[in-house]
Amino acid sequence: MNTSPCHSPSHLTRRSLLRGTGAAGISWLTPLADLLAVEAESAPIGKPARSVILLWLGGAASQLDTFDPHPETTIGGGVKTIPTAIKGVNFAAGLEQTASVMQDVSLIRSMVSKEGDHERAFYNIKTGYRPDPTLIHPSIGAIVCHELPEAKIEIPTHVSILPNQWPARGGFFGAQYDAFQMYDPKSPVPDVKARVDDKRLDRRMEGLAVVEQAFARGREPDMDQNKTLHQISMQRARNMMSSDQLKAFNVTDAPAKELNAYGDTPFGRGCFAAVRLIQAGVRCVEVTLNGWDTHANNFEGQATQVKILDAAYASLIRDLKKLNLLESTIVVCGGEFGRTPKINNVGGRDHWPHAFSMLVSGGGFAGGRVIGSTDPQGEKQEPEKPVLVEDLHATVQNLLGIDYSREVMTPVGRPMALSKGEPVKELQAHA
Amino acid sequence: MKVCIDLMVAKIVRKPNLHSRVTDRLQAQHPVMNSAPPSSNWLLWLRNTAILGALAVGAFLGVAELLTPPVAELGSAPGLPKAQLEDIQRTAQAVNADFEKAWAQQQILPTAKTDDLTLVRRLSLALTGSIPSLQEIRMLESLKSADVPQWWLSHLLSDRRTSDYLAERLARVYVGIENGPFLMYRRRRLVDWLSDSIQQNRPYDQVARALIDSNGVWTTNPEVNFVTVTNQMNKKGPDEVKLAAKVSRAFLGVRIDCVQCHDGKLGSTWKQTDFHQLAAFFGQADFSLNGLRDDPKQNYKVRYLGKMEDEKVPAKVPWKPELLPSSGTPREKLATWVTAKENKAFARAMVNRMWALLFNRPLVAPVDEIPLEGPFPAGMELLADDFISHGYDMQRLIRVIVGTQAFQMSSQSSDPDHPVTVAAENAWAAFPVTRLRPEQMAGSVIQAASLSTIDAETHVLFRLKRDIDVTNFVKRYGDSGEDTFDDGGGTIPQRLLLMNGNMISNNTGNNPLINASTRIGMLSPDNATAVEAAYLSIFTRRPTPAEQSHFTGLLATSKSRSSRSIAMSDLYWTLMNATEFSWNH
Repeated sequence: MNTSPCHSPSHLTRRSLLRGTGAAGISWLTPLADLLAVEAESAPIGKPARSVILLWLGGAASQLDTFDPHPETTIGGGVKTIPTAIKGVNFAAGLEQTASVMQDVSLIRSMVSKEGDHERAFYNIKTGYRPDPTLIHPSIGAIVCHELPEAKIEIPTHVSILPNQWPARGGFFGAQYDAFQMYDPKSPVPDVKARVDDKRLDRRMEGLAVVEQAFARGREPDMDQNKTLHQISMQRARNMMSSDQLKAFNVTDAPAKELNAYGDTPFGRGCFAAVRLIQAGVRCVEVTLNGWDTHANNFEGQATQVKILDAAYASLIRDLKKLNLLESTIVVCGGEFGRTPKINNVGGRDHWPHAFSMLVSGGGFAGGRVIGSTDPQGEKQEPEKPVLVEDLHATVQNLLGIDYSREVMTPVGRPMALSKGEPVKELQAHA
Repeated sequence: MKVCIDLMVAKIVRKPNLHSRVTDRLQAQHPVMNSAPPSSNWLLWLRNTAILGALAVGAFLGVAELLTPPVAELGSAPGLPKAQLEDIQRTAQAVNADFEKAWAQQQILPTAKTDDLTLVRRLSLALTGSIPSLQEIRMLESLKSADVPQWWLSHLLSDRRTSDYLAERLARVYVGIENGPFLMYRRRRLVDWLSDSIQQNRPYDQVARALIDSNGVWTTNPEVNFVTVTNQMNKKGPDEVKLAAKVSRAFLGVRIDCVQCHDGKLGSTWKQTDFHQLAAFFGQADFSLNGLRDDPKQNYKVRYLGKMEDEKVPAKVPWKPELLPSSGTPREKLATWVTAKENKAFARAMVNRMWALLFNRPLVAPVDEIPLEGPFPAGMELLADDFISHGYDMQRLIRVIVGTQAFQMSSQSSDPDHPVTVAAENAWAAFPVTRLRPEQMAGSVIQAASLSTIDAETHVLFRLKRDIDVTNFVKRYGDSGEDTFDDGGGTIPQRLLLMNGNMISNNTGNNPLINASTRIGMLSPDNATAVEAAYLSIFTRRPTPAEQSHFTGLLATSKSRSSRSIAMSDLYWTLMNATEFSWNH
């Protein structure tokens, strides 16, 4: 079935082309995904991005053992380097696949955070704000869903795959903007299948209407809408249960070759599912790869995680590009902070928010650029051309066509800008 | 006091006991057991039958005893002497007067007092993390006591479920929910110690002191886990910064950690030095072979914003320095200062938290940010003064709050033309409707699915299963982590879990041995009684006429035992998926 309102020949051409190239997952495209893919394909240059994928390296990846190596220095830790698709830019060995897609990716080597504690730093990197005792800021995914509502989609538009203790939250926009959490995509999405047949479900819902009426008596008429969101979320849950779009969560029917390219790991499958979800119309997907907090045995620990990251990240970028989704999808990859140049006495690196690396790609980000640099001797704390966490947020929102400086009224009565940063023009393809 | 389970379902027609009923059914299903042996080697057949039969009966009796204790016994609640109760009531009335003044100023009309069963439900949820069982409701309704909620409160305060639940809630405040460094931290021991302290009604200042200044090994001195949880793998000794933040938030209701990196902004007068000087009280805390102790050779250093080098930080308190004693270890001095009677922030912090535990919403939000110099909302100062003057008696504090009009009023307006407003809820002129915490939801699902009370007397295997079920449910529902009291609405994953999740399905499906839904359907003499029993089990109230009529009608169409079981299962599912079940009211 094709519910696309438009039947122009160009769409047929595109479909034929995609079939011809054997693009990943096309066979399961839902009508909505079809429509969105068509829109993406026909997007003019400079058109705002539509969706975001965030790949969190939880625990904080070491910039020195990944994207900002300083070989043959005391802080380098004996790192071996490899060239990348960007001339003169080297990565740590182990990131060969990622190195090969860098023409579509830009690298920030001068990210600066002011938070050195995991929880606070995650809050900071996900929201663009530092923790504030009086309110909870929305994560970037919640902002995207709030600012760019998507009525056509029946599955959650904000998804967190393999969440750690601090999954993306709706903050002052409300719990309805919290990310929908799911774990290794090789298992089915839990709890989306009704336990009874339609007849019994209808009978249950009829009873529920009677019970809700009794509870509503003498209470605020809009309590469900303004406070509990109980019946609203139940209706949305029912829509989701019967939606064809649920297929996007399922990676088990994917051709083994395509899936294996991401690596046979939960994170790899998470990245694969992220592409499918974006294809289905989801606004924001975050996938977390924990295990980077290497206070001891840093080099072994980082190398293990690098191997998982490399296959998954490079495959994700390649597939988005192959599916013509990279132009409309922003991909951000990095940790909550970096790790110390100094190697401690148990061979570890500790927390270092002063200068760390982040990969940005797609959705209007330029490819093949490098911003900032760090001191090869590790003595100077501040990097060249620092990019603040809030500036990265402002850039992402700007590329999505969101007025990042717009102030929204928070529940505590304090106006708050969506981002207090400024876009980094150097990172944008069309500044 | 003894209550028969079968009678709970409605003093129904006495039926044969469960054991004989099920045995009868088993025999009916396996008539061969009573027939003649089919072959000549009947001795062998008889032996096998006897062994299998013995195993089956043994297993059944075990299950029956495990899951369906036929008789429950509730001791009488240890009430307080009349004079003490009157004294508590006087304080509650003073608090009421404080609120009435505020309502008059805002021209808000408070709602009427709610009914006893609603109060019983609120108390059970707040103190045990679960709704009352049908067994408990029947028992309470048979009481001769004039004041059922008061009796129930006294009972709960002596019930181990209360101390265990409150201990877990407080532990979340003190040490969070993570397991921490295994070699130096035992969360379970700390929770048990807190539970014992609450059960014994140990004065709260003594509890706080012990947490801050105790020494020793974390396994034998459980209170030191408050400090040892902050130990970091690559850092020598506990983390002074985390401890300063915990002490200020948990015990003083002040978020001084906001100035960890810079001086206060947005009107805050705190300086970066205030925070680090507080942290310096933990600068000598260190680990030795004898566990946690203070080492005078150690000190706390920090590099302040804009400075090039670390500097040694003196231990100083951020207010009322005159209350700091001159002798003792730094942690002993800090503990004395925190718990000094003149340091009223300590009492206010506990009043605010206890209020939040009872209402699911704090008097001052956020729960750990109370202005030092005010202004304070109605009730706060009176409650804090009473708490201090009665030796930080936590049970008394609970009794006083429960005795207030604010706690006892309805969450619904009796006048449909003038429903409860947000302003009325915010002014405590109506009991606030708040979302239940995940563990309260899980505990309530499990309790509602059982006719008898699940408590310390319940068989250990059943309690173990309950704990596993709760953990799994909370993980999926979304653990709210540390003890926060946010008012967020329901989410899609939560609804999916309640609609289609294992816990609801398992607890409301057809299971005549365990599930209340099936058992009520089997034992009730008529449909109206079955609907009423389900409502009492799940909502702690009776159905309205419209509800009674709707569900009785549905049950009436179910003629066979299996279709009746399905109809009861649907009724249970419906009630557990209602707003009323997920929201405290």
